[in-house]
Amino acid sequence: TVAAGVTVARCSPGGGAAGSRLPSPPRYLLCASGDFVKMYSVGTEETLRVMGGHGDLVTGIQLNPHNHMQLYSSSLDGTIKLWDFMDGIPIKTFAVGAKLLALYALASSEDSVFVVIPKSGERDTFQLVSVKLTKAAGQDLEAKELSVVLDGVDVSPKHTAFGREGEYVASVKEVNLQVYFFKQKQLNRFSVSAIKTKSGNNHFTCIACHPTEDCIATGHADGKIRLWRNFYHKKEYTFSTLHWHHDTVKDLAFSVEGDSLLSGGVESVLVLWHNESDCQKDFLPRLGSAIEYISMSSDGTLCCTLHTDNRITIINSNLRFSKSIQGLIKSTDIKTGLVVDPRTKALVLNGEPGHLQFYCLQSDQQLFSLDIVQRQYIHQAGLNQSDLVKVAFSSQGKWLATVEEREEVTDPELQLKLWFYDEETQSFKLNTRINTPHEDHITDLCFRDVDETEDDSLILVTAGRDCVFKVWVMVEDTDPEAQQSVSWSCDFVGSYHNYQATNCCFSEDGSLLAVSFEETVTVWDSITWELKCTFCHPPGKIRNICFGRLTCSKYLIGATDYGFLCCWNLLSCALEWSAHLNILVLQPDPLSEHIAAVSWLSKESSLFVFKPNEPRPIYIQRNLCKEKIQLAAFVPRDEPETIASEKYLWLRRSQLFFLTDTQELMTLSTKSLEERLTPSSKQLAVEESLPVTPFSLLLGKHRRQQSQEDIDLGKLALHNKHERDSPAVKELLHTPAHVLPSASFLCPIFINSLLISKENESAEEVADEVEMESEKTEGDSDEERDVTEMEQEDTSPVELLGEMTCKLSKSQEKELRKIRKMDYSWISAF
Amino acid sequence: QVIPGHEARSVEALCWAAGDRLFGAGLGGDITEYDLARLCAARSVEGCGGPIWSMAANGGGTQLAIGCEDGSVKLFQVVPGGIQFERNLDRRKGRILCLSWHPSGTHIAAGSIDVLRVFDVCSGQTAQRIMVNYHVHKVKRECIVWSIAFLSDGTVVTSDSFGRVQFWDWERGTLLESHTVSTSAVLSLAVSEKEDSIVVGTSSGATYQFQLLPVKMGSLEKRWVRTKPFQHHTHDVRAVAHSSTALISGGLDAQLVIRPLMEKVQRKGYDAVLRKFTFPHRRLVSCARKARLLLFQFSQHLELWRLGSTEQTGKDGEVLPLCRMPEHLLQLKSKGPEHIYCSCVSPCGSWVSYSTASRFHLYQVRYEGDGISIRKVPKVPKMLLPAYQLQFAADSSSLFVASAQGSVHVLQLLELGGCKHLHTFRSPSGSPEAVYLLASSADGHWLAAVGGDWAIHVYDLKCLKHHCTVPTYSCAVTALAIHPVTNNLVIAYSDQQLFEFSIPEKQYTAWSRTVQNCGLHKAWLERDSPITHITFNPKNPSHILLHDIYMFCVLDKSLPLPDNSALLMNQSTLKQLPETARQRQLHAFKICKKFQPLLFADLLDENCLVMVERPIMDIKTQLPLPVQQKKFGT
Repeated sequence: TVAAGVTVARCSPGGGAAGSRLPSPPRYLLCASGDFVKMYSVGTEETLRVMGGHGDLVTGIQLNPHNHMQLYSSSLDGTIKLWDFMDGIPIKTFAVGAKLLALYALASSEDSVFVVIPKSGERDTFQLVSVKLTKAAGQDLEAKELSVVLDGVDVSPKHTAFGREGEYVASVKEVNLQVYFFKQKQLNRFSVSAIKTKSGNNHFTCIACHPTEDCIATGHADGKIRLWRNFYHKKEYTFSTLHWHHDTVKDLAFSVEGDSLLSGGVESVLVLWHNESDCQKDFLPRLGSAIEYISMSSDGTLCCTLHTDNRITIINSNLRFSKSIQGLIKSTDIKTGLVVDPRTKALVLNGEPGHLQFYCLQSDQQLFSLDIVQRQYIHQAGLNQSDLVKVAFSSQGKWLATVEEREEVTDPELQLKLWFYDEETQSFKLNTRINTPHEDHITDLCFRDVDETEDDSLILVTAGRDCVFKVWVMVEDTDPEAQQSVSWSCDFVGSYHNYQATNCCFSEDGSLLAVSFEETVTVWDSITWELKCTFCHPPGKIRNICFGRLTCSKYLIGATDYGFLCCWNLLSCALEWSAHLNILVLQPDPLSEHIAAVSWLSKESSLFVFKPNEPRPIYIQRNLCKEKIQLAAFVPRDEPETIASEKYLWLRRSQLFFLTDTQELMTLSTKSLEERLTPSSKQLAVEESLPVTPFSLLLGKHRRQQSQEDIDLGKLALHNKHERDSPAVKELLHTPAHVLPSASFLCPIFINSLLISKENESAEEVADEVEMESEKTEGDSDEERDVTEMEQEDTSPVELLGEMTCKLSKSQEKELRKIRKMDYSWISAF
Repeated sequence: QVIPGHEARSVEALCWAAGDRLFGAGLGGDITEYDLARLCAARSVEGCGGPIWSMAANGGGTQLAIGCEDGSVKLFQVVPGGIQFERNLDRRKGRILCLSWHPSGTHIAAGSIDVLRVFDVCSGQTAQRIMVNYHVHKVKRECIVWSIAFLSDGTVVTSDSFGRVQFWDWERGTLLESHTVSTSAVLSLAVSEKEDSIVVGTSSGATYQFQLLPVKMGSLEKRWVRTKPFQHHTHDVRAVAHSSTALISGGLDAQLVIRPLMEKVQRKGYDAVLRKFTFPHRRLVSCARKARLLLFQFSQHLELWRLGSTEQTGKDGEVLPLCRMPEHLLQLKSKGPEHIYCSCVSPCGSWVSYSTASRFHLYQVRYEGDGISIRKVPKVPKMLLPAYQLQFAADSSSLFVASAQGSVHVLQLLELGGCKHLHTFRSPSGSPEAVYLLASSADGHWLAAVGGDWAIHVYDLKCLKHHCTVPTYSCAVTALAIHPVTNNLVIAYSDQQLFEFSIPEKQYTAWSRTVQNCGLHKAWLERDSPITHITFNPKNPSHILLHDIYMFCVLDKSLPLPDNSALLMNQSTLKQLPETARQRQLHAFKICKKFQPLLFADLLDENCLVMVERPIMDIKTQLPLPVQQKKFGT
């Protein structure tokens, strides 16, 4: 199938702003992530389902308190969607009309939910309103019946909480706490006196309400937790203080019974407070990074914390670390750029401070994190610490070069490290460490490797702000005590008129090196290190350069900060063409001639894809996104995609990813969301959905016993096995009721599936057939015939089954019905 | 007012009984009743059970129970004119550290080591015995129940050395709730009258409030919740009290703190401000102006110092080099276990006098070059003791001794080293209260005396008769002085009001009336420490010099009074203002807060002022070490 157009899809993985929810029993973790709601398996940490449909950021998700298999989600696009998350299908969409910033659902309010919306006519003021969800039929509904509950609430969903049995709602903003009692229609306001100390102020940062008592816990920016009681008295209210955090309390959560309180903050320590006492507390330290959200499962057995580095940690109720789901780590500043590891095709970029993360795009998981700096990171503001700034891979991924620097005003501390991929340990091993490779910051580095088999051709070039570029080569290690045979050393230092070197890159065949020195691009012969020629396009300084590839390898492309994109012909040493574009990112596709350029003009990013041999771009996507795109990378596809449209042919072999300055990873895709999901994950969902209850355990035991008994009674055992294995039965039992065809269709299918096919003993077949006949007599012969028909032509029925969850056309349905009718148990018999 | 202490009688427990009678019991093993009018121990009764650790009066104030070292609880009947032993309750081993009566008076809860017991008062038997240590496993340390309270619903609240506050159902002997408040011991506990709030004091200096709060709105189920922590002390909080609007705590760091409960205070004002008292509101230093001597009164001894001097002059803020160092002349140890109650040095410096609860001493000091000799004046006339205040006349010719029942004795001092009793002024109103403040005029004509009923009597020393009485005000007098030139009596009251009373005219002066009409500045009235001393500048009669613990103030009567909008600023901040702004800020109160805490300030001569500062750190270093606590970030 061919998609109608390319959609820009945000694929920032992991947790979004809205936090996460653990349904009961806690087998799945639901998490708002960008425009999607993701469902993870608690048992395997895998992404089971991605529910898309919102047009903007999902701001809140809440389990339907009246149906634990349903989920409400709200989004900035102004809609509330009700999902059946077991099947990943939207049941209803309620259009509210205003931007929804937070969502709350209460068990006590039958037909309404609460959302935070901007107050109309006023900037930066928000109100909490209750939205009546109409019960009318149909998928898309209007929900315009709003009633204001609280005025002047804060945007953050952590700043509002509903109390015991929905009796009251409490909301905090700055130094004020307001509590509204629904029954009494009474609004109480309290405030803490604003104190500004060296370590910060005492503004409210989060709020949680006790599940069974009238107690509100609030977190403050100075690390204190206050427990408010008696707040229905305007004057005689009281609070006690718990203080352990030294910095802002980011989130709070009460246990289900309310006897303990969890708190987390930038210390990346989860604190468990018992009995609201200052003296009894437990800690779960070293959680990796600052805790943003804490969520408890509704049965209290698990809790999960969401971290600033885009990770979800699942924690047992006894405060033991259980599992973690790691998405793309959001680093504060991606200095390394987007690099693709040639070996794993993973996206490589800054991860945790001082670490390099390898992020697998297909599985939306972190493959591993490589500690480059190898120093303890201290969480403290204003401390200059070494960080990774540049990364380059050799073409086969055998060598990795990293540059780390410590920001010092006068004398930056620089280190160049070269890592060798060790096949045995399947990881990178440090080979050479070069202290102060340049006098000043390194601006760019690249490898030259034409043929990986010979290490001689491997050259590393670094360009520095100290006006030189250096060429590093491998040399045989003369030291007999050294553990490794080769090490790296400097071979050549080049400079040009004492200009700062800003970019460097090799041509595809490795014969030429282009180094840009401010306004000038110099081209060097990589064997003799002679300066071949120079190009410049005054008055702009060169921002990016790259060589053309394959058929276009005679061209050199450069972008200047004066807003020009130039293409120089290396043979004629002349400007081939130039275009007036403010190019931020210039990214060549390693597998084709295409070069992607992202421009930034009048507050929007646009994408241009062109071939260097023709000045006309082959693809333009204006208004790609509102954010500034900082980085881009082509990730080679495992197998070329079949794209019919001429326009998107450039996407055939590689996929283009962007990173915006808000750290959102985006991609261009020709497919709709459902198609991008791997069918395997759906299959997993089905397996997972069998709940482990005491009853099922008992039943399982019973069954096991039974099967042992059945060894004697061979035919019954066969029957049991057959029943369990039949995909038709499985399909029938796990397909949601509302997408199933009518019962009259199903009954023969079901019964048919219970039949033992003809290959088996005939005696049983007869017995079953009699049974079937007694239930349903009509159409028996038809089905019999159908089965024989199908047996000849159908080869892979399972594959076809995978597709059937979508809406089916009449003909498809008919076809499917035929398939269902037939018996596959013979497949499993082999 | 202060009841002077006694070395051998440390007070472990105090209680009010039978109306306004104050009883104290201590490790001396005696129960002492105090005479509040005469400010001394009235009578004492031997407890017969070794040191007494605790004492409590029942709800009606008719019975006293004491807990003794030997583990006995004894009941005493409060009878007019004393107490009478009634009976012993069931005695077990282990000292009784705390006691509490059930409000109905039928039961007594007693806390001991590792155990708390409830006694039936009628039968005298132990009704319940609860091991407080039972719930802590594998603990070898003993658990001391430091404080106990018996609530009317039958709940017993204990605080113990493990830092716990526990609530027990005494009939079933079960633990209802346990709150671990601190890692160090919880030493004291007090319950509010409505029994909905408890305050506890810990040995780390923190006090905590517990409140009985409904678990849910409108429901009857209530629970004790630890609410507010207060850290006002550095050392053990040995005693706490719970008034209807405030929490009062006192500790080893010699501070008394009154923390108002904001929700109980109706309006902003005096009650709504945290009060902290470190020093007694009394004058502990006296100054011999002419001889440039200072006499410091300690609890058991006196020290006489000669002030240093300088010949240089300098600008503001400079520290001038001394040409003569201050000199410690004399240390006078008081005999016996009693504490010194008051002391004074004569303006000429040749007489020093002090008084304890039972003795009065007068010494003559002679200076012979660098040497010094001291001689006790023999045959001091027998007077009604103790003396509450001593004051020498300006010419050192006579000594005024403030005494009980509103009387003031006048002793004439003879050059040769003798003295004789000249006259006794009796209070015309016949008040039973003692005189606690005296002021004599520079010309030796007038003497003003303030009694415990806050009435100020002015006596004529020439005629030796009562001259007049200053109209009584509803507050205690904290300081008074007679102006050397105009003979106006300046009076400072504990509510920070200032009055000026003309003795010759027997009425308030015009200035005093304007002050009353305009009202004093709000910031002045909201200060929390009283004026302890008043003196005058003889060169500029319109200047009055006042001080309390935190500030020194020159009151210039010739300048206009500040209104509430004006800032009552410290002189050092005022100095930073430009000249024009300073002119605008010009008003009668010139305040200097440079010296804190200020114990004494007096004008020696026209351009020399003596200030006595007692840094709190000095006191703290003499205290036992506080509980070590790790503070984050240090």
